[in-house]
Amino acid sequence: ERNQADVFEAKSGRTDLIFLIRFRHCSLLRNQRCILAYLYDRLLRIRALRWEYGSVLPNTIQFHMAAEEVEWFNRYKKSLATYMRSVGGEEGLDLTQDIKPPKSLYIEVRCLRDYGEFEINDGTTVLLKKNSQHFLPRWKCEQLIRQGVLEHIL
Amino acid sequence: GPDSDGGSEELVLTPAQLIRSLEQAWLNEKFAPELLESKPEIIECVVEQLDHMEANLKRAKREDLKVSVHRMEIERIRYVLSSYLRCRLVKIEKFFPHVLEKEKSRTEGEPSILSPEEFAFAKEYMANTETYLKNVALKHMPPNLQKVSLLKSVPKPNLDSFVFLRVLERQENILVEPETDEQREYTIDLEEGSQHLIRYKTIAPLVASGAVQLI
Repeated sequence: ERNQADVFEAKSGRTDLIFLIRFRHCSLLRNQRCILAYLYDRLLRIRALRWEYGSVLPNTIQFHMAAEEVEWFNRYKKSLATYMRSVGGEEGLDLTQDIKPPKSLYIEVRCLRDYGEFEINDGTTVLLKKNSQHFLPRWKCEQLIRQGVLEHIL
Repeated sequence: GPDSDGGSEELVLTPAQLIRSLEQAWLNEKFAPELLESKPEIIECVVEQLDHMEANLKRAKREDLKVSVHRMEIERIRYVLSSYLRCRLVKIEKFFPHVLEKEKSRTEGEPSILSPEEFAFAKEYMANTETYLKNVALKHMPPNLQKVSLLKSVPKPNLDSFVFLRVLERQENILVEPETDEQREYTIDLEEGSQHLIRYKTIAPLVASGAVQLI
């Protein structure tokens, strides 16, 4: 506002204020850039959360997010879901799976916490209890590994 | 094996050729600094191919070895397809104002860099981000600072970055622009099968035409 007052005075003839006005304007612009850079960087990290954690964010993380950021996240994941559904066949293609090239079909996993029953392709179910180990198809486990329910034993 | 039918003008590719096209598009997209042309025909055919293979698997008896090999193949193809699409999304998000601007100012005959779905995604991403910045910061700023040009603020892809390539079709007289003031421009010939490390900008049209493959 101080700047605007000076701009008004400058227009009415006080040319010696020009430098002060330009200096202030530059600092205002710089502050604007810093604010936007900070906010944008936070958005990028929130975006990364969708790819790492999935569509439901742990409460501890949500606690650190502003309401508008949560809104941005919800809109982003909706937009992403629409896109993924439009690719590939009837059910769409979940692009958050298959992050690494497949090395083997079945992997050894250990269960980190009680999860309950888990169904694999041919209809058989497996009971995932804490500390139990299983030899399961890789593509079924990816999601659970990322959520921290299963641990891949190498 | 089944023949996949491409778009109306495309040749009919064998599954092996289709997968090779997918891998080529994937590698090019991975190593190019900018978003490349969209390849909806390849994606559509690969998806069809995957569905076909899955259906075959369901029908097959549980002869473990054959089923395992086919399943592995499905997994691999799905990985390449996902990686390719993810790579494109990352670039779309990274350069969103420029990507949208390029698509908007595209002339009639020029091929599109965004599929309709990607275009919708890009527009939503832009609107989402603009709304957020406006509500959280810009509307609280003094009146003359409330607008910001995302086109100017978001960095453009660096077309001068160096890429490795293999030459698929012989090229003659490629003009290489000077990098510094002391250098002068010169021309080079690209022999088929040779490999080069060169600035992306110089060979961008060759990637689009399929004359070179980024590696």
